[in-house]
Amino acid sequence: MPDYKAQIRFSDSQIEMAHGAGGKASRRLIEGLIAPALGGPLLEALGDAALVEIAGARLAFTADSFVVKPLRFPGGSIGDLAVNGTVNDLAVSGAKPAALLVTLILEAGLSSEVLEVELRAIAAAARHAGVVVVGGDTKVVEHGMADGMYITTAGIGAVDPRATCSPKLVKPGDRILLSGPIGDHGITILLARGEIDLETDLRSDTRPVYPMIEALIGRVGSGVKWMRDPTRGGVASSLNELAADARVAIALFEETVPVREQVRGACEILGLEPMHIANEGQFLAVVAPECAEEALDAVRSVAGGEEAVFIGEVREAPARTVLSISAYGGTRVVDMLVGDPLPRIC
Amino acid sequence: MKFVDEFRDAHLIRQAAGEIRRLADPARHYRLMEVCGGHTHAIYRFALKDVLPDNIELVHGPGCPVCVLPMGRVDDGLSIASDPKVILATFGDMMRVPGRNGTPLEHKARGADIRMVYSPLDALKLAEKNPDREVVFFAIGFETTAPSTALTLMRARALGIRNFSVFCNHVTIIPAIRAILDSPDMRIEAFIGPGHVSTVIGCRPYEFICRDYKRPLVTSGFEPLDVLQSIVMILRQLEAGTAFVENQYARVVPWEGNLPALRAMAEVFELRPYFEWRGLGFISQSALKLRDSYAAWDAESRFHIPGIRVTDPKAAQCGEVLKGVLKPHQCKLFGRECTPEKPVGALMVSSEGACAAYYNYALRTTAAAAV
Ligand code: SF4
Repeated sequence: MPDYKAQIRFSDSQIEMAHGAGGKASRRLIEGLIAPALGGPLLEALGDAALVEIAGARLAFTADSFVVKPLRFPGGSIGDLAVNGTVNDLAVSGAKPAALLVTLILEAGLSSEVLEVELRAIAAAARHAGVVVVGGDTKVVEHGMADGMYITTAGIGAVDPRATCSPKLVKPGDRILLSGPIGDHGITILLARGEIDLETDLRSDTRPVYPMIEALIGRVGSGVKWMRDPTRGGVASSLNELAADARVAIALFEETVPVREQVRGACEILGLEPMHIANEGQFLAVVAPECAEEALDAVRSVAGGEEAVFIGEVREAPARTVLSISAYGGTRVVDMLVGDPLPRIC
Repeated sequence: MKFVDEFRDAHLIRQAAGEIRRLADPARHYRLMEVCGGHTHAIYRFALKDVLPDNIELVHGPGCPVCVLPMGRVDDGLSIASDPKVILATFGDMMRVPGRNGTPLEHKARGADIRMVYSPLDALKLAEKNPDREVVFFAIGFETTAPSTALTLMRARALGIRNFSVFCNHVTIIPAIRAILDSPDMRIEAFIGPGHVSTVIGCRPYEFICRDYKRPLVTSGFEPLDVLQSIVMILRQLEAGTAFVENQYARVVPWEGNLPALRAMAEVFELRPYFEWRGLGFISQSALKLRDSYAAWDAESRFHIPGIRVTDPKAAQCGEVLKGVLKPHQCKLFGRECTPEKPVGALMVSSEGACAAYYNYALRTTAAAAV
C-alpha cells in the first residue's frame, strides 16, 4: 500500500466542536491526522463516498453519523436526515443509492414513542429515496451521553457508468450549477433550538437529490465534472475544497445565489454568511460550458429542481480561491467556514 | 428585504460612487476613520473599496468591542469559569478570543461550563433554570449592548434572582475617539460615526469632535449605500471647509438618542475612573461598572478576580492597527502566525475585527484584481 503523506499538519492539542463543523478545522483533522493514519490510495480522493471496484462492479460506499439537536424540527427529523444525508453522499458520487445499514445509539431514558416515530421516519425516507434498509446495529449508552439518540447510516450504490466526476476534470470556463436556495436547513435547526426568538416558517430542505442527479447525468453524462452536497460548512466550504483540489478560481455572481428571504433575514440579524450555512437537500455541480443549458434544463425538469440556477463559473486565477462578485462590481473572497458559525452581537 | 435591498441597489451604488469620484480632489489624499466594527465588516463584505477612488483611504477605528478588550480581562473572565459551580455565559463573539491559556471555546472543550447566549436575558434565564449554579454573564460591548445588560440586571433585582451576576466590561465610545484625536499619530480627516452606538447615545455627544478638533463626523448605517452616502456627505463638508455632525442614519438614529435606554444605563452603571483598552492603554472614565446598589449582582465583588495584566505578544501590532496607524496586513503576524482559526490578537477573531475582515474578504485582493 503506498504511503499517504499528509499535506497538512494537524497540531491542535485537543478536539473541539470546530473539528466537526465542516470547515477548515475539519479538513485539517481529516487530511492531517485521520487520512495519514488510516490511509490507502482510495482514501486519498476524500470524496463524499468511497468508490470501490468489486468483481467488476463500480460501487460507491459511504457512512455518515447524525447528531442533531433537537431530534425533530420543521421539515424533518433525525430519521429523515440519517437516510437523506447518506443517499445524497452516494448520489453526488454518481451512484444510484441501493441499500442502507442503520446503527442506532440510544440514550437510556429515551421514550420508546420517540424512537418509534424516528424508525417510521427512517422507513418512510428510505422508501421515498428508493433504498432498502438491510441491516445495522443497536447500542444503548448511559443517560446523558447521547442527546436522546444518534444514528449512523452506511450506504452503498452502483456508480452510473456515465458518471466520471473528478476535480481533475474541472477547467476554466466550466459553470457552477446549484439545485436550489441555500441555508434553509442550518437556519431551521438554529431556530428550532429555541435559543433565538425569531419566528419564521422556514423548513429544513432535507430530501434525496438523486432524481435530479439522475436526470442531469442522463442528459449530459460526462459533461458533469464534479458534484457535492454542501452540508456542514455550506456552499462556501464545498467550493473552497473544489478550488483547492482543482487548483482553480471560482467566481460566484452574488446576485444569482438563491437565498430565501427568511434565511437572509436571520443571517443579517445574527451576522452569519448564508454561504456558510448547512444544507441537506441541495447539490452543487460543475458542468462543461457546452452542455450548460441542457444540464440546467435537465435538473429543472425534475420535481423539486425548478429553482436550480447557475451561480458562477470556474476561472484560472487566483487559483484556490472562491470569489463573490457583486452587481456593482465589488469582488470579495469567500473563505471556508472557520470553526462553528458564531453569531455576532452588534 | 425591506430597508436592506434599497440600500444594496447596484445602480444607486454606482451613482454614489460616481458622486464620490466627482467630489474627491485628485490632488488630495483622504483618510476617513470608520469608528464602528460593523462598518469595517460592511466595507469588506461588500467590497466597497473596489468602487472608491484610490485616494480615499478608510482607516479602521476602535469600535469592535472584543478587539479593544485586553487579554487580561479575558483571563479574568475565564478564571471565574474555573469554579465548577459557575456557568459563564457570553456572546458568540467572545468564544474564540484568546486568553493566555486559550479561548473560551478551548476552556469549554477542557470542561469549563461556558455557554454562548444571544442576549443577557438568556443568561438570566439560565440562572433561573439552574438555581444550584452561579451564572455569570461576561458582558462586553459599547453603548449598543450596555442597555440590555442594564435591563437584565434590573430584572434580576426585581425578581430577586441571586445566583446571577455580571462581569462588566462595557466601554464607552466617546473617550476612545478622544484618545485617538489626542494621539500624536493622529492623521484622520473625518469620521464615519458609529450607527448602532448612536441609536442609544444620539448624535449630540460627538459635537466636540467638530467643535474642538475641526473634524466632520457623519453617523452612518451599515448597508453599502449608507456608507457611500456618508462618504459623500463627508467630502461635501471637507470641500466646503466645514466640520459638523450629520446624521445619515436618521431612519434609525434619533438625534437625542434613546432616553429610556440611557435611563436604564444610568440606573445600573457608573463610570470607572479608568479602564485598560487593548492598543490604546488606560483611558480615564472610559468604561462602566455596576453601581453599589447592584453590588449583589456584580461578579467583581462576588468572585475573586485576579486582575491579570498581560502584554500582547511582542510581534503583534494590534495596537497600531486599532489606532489606524498600520493596515492589518502590515502586521508581522498577519496571515502567518495569526489567522482567524488561530488568532493571536482579538482583531483576528470577530468578523468586525479589522484583521479578520481583511483576512476573510480581502486577503487575496491583489490576486483578485487580476480577475
Ligand atoms: S494580525 Fe493578529 S497580531 Fe497582527 S494586528 Fe491583527 S490581530 Fe493583532
